[in-house]
Amino acid sequence: MDKTQFLLWVSLVLFSIGLLGLIVRRNLLVMLMCMELMLNGVNLSLVTFAQRGGNVEGAVMVFLIFIVAASEIAIAIPIVLLLVRHRRTLDAGAYTDLKG
Amino acid sequence: MIIEDLLLLLFASAAVAGAVLMLVLRHPMRVALALIATMISLGGIYGLLGVHVIAVFQIMIYVGAVMVFMVYAIMLLDVRDPSFTERYSTLLWPGVAACTVLAGVLVGAAWQGQAPLLKGAGDAFGVQAFSVAFLDRYWLYFELTSVLLVVAVLAAVAVVKLRSARRG
Repeated sequence: MDKTQFLLWVSLVLFSIGLLGLIVRRNLLVMLMCMELMLNGVNLSLVTFAQRGGNVEGAVMVFLIFIVAASEIAIAIPIVLLLVRHRRTLDAGAYTDLKG
Repeated sequence: MIIEDLLLLLFASAAVAGAVLMLVLRHPMRVALALIATMISLGGIYGLLGVHVIAVFQIMIYVGAVMVFMVYAIMLLDVRDPSFTERYSTLLWPGVAACTVLAGVLVGAAWQGQAPLLKGAGDAFGVQAFSVAFLDRYWLYFELTSVLLVVAVLAAVAVVKLRSARRG
């Protein structure tokens, strides 16, 4: 199998597993980590295409995505802390009243 | 060449194995360690692809910053609640069904699609090309990331302030 194709398959598998984990797990922190896994899967495909095309713009964009992921986590974890201080639970099912 | 292929296969299977472990492990700390293993394997893949800058950033930013922050949060929030004793929510089977459908659609699309025909360059680009591109053409975006990080820090402080204001 072609190397590019193989890496794209790996990124597809990582993205699907991350999405599945985001849906089925109960723990808020585990759900956040599954989101990170999805982001990593997409990053892998982006890096694969950038390396295949040989253009440095893809690497620049991956770096920007890293920064966005870091700031996303920096905001998401205080929100989780706030929720846990409020209800004393990490169970996502306890926050169903947040539904719109 | 054959060693590189073997290493690529090894890192890819380690990444997928870590991701599967994330689904089945119970304690959040173990899930975090599985995710760290996946991220380090992805860093190895990036290194094998010749994109060393991204490999270093993957280890430094993801494993060094994001996951350490996550591990701190897990140590801070060691609550034993239903999410600890029972791993999966009531959405388990609908989620599995939806993800099977999605994976089927993606596999179908990937099966029909052609391999990308970008066989032109594909050579390794190092720190120099990356930094020149960054500070020459994309300096504005580089500065904007610092603005974004400052805003993120301010937002985190604002959330903490909200908490203490509600308490007091």
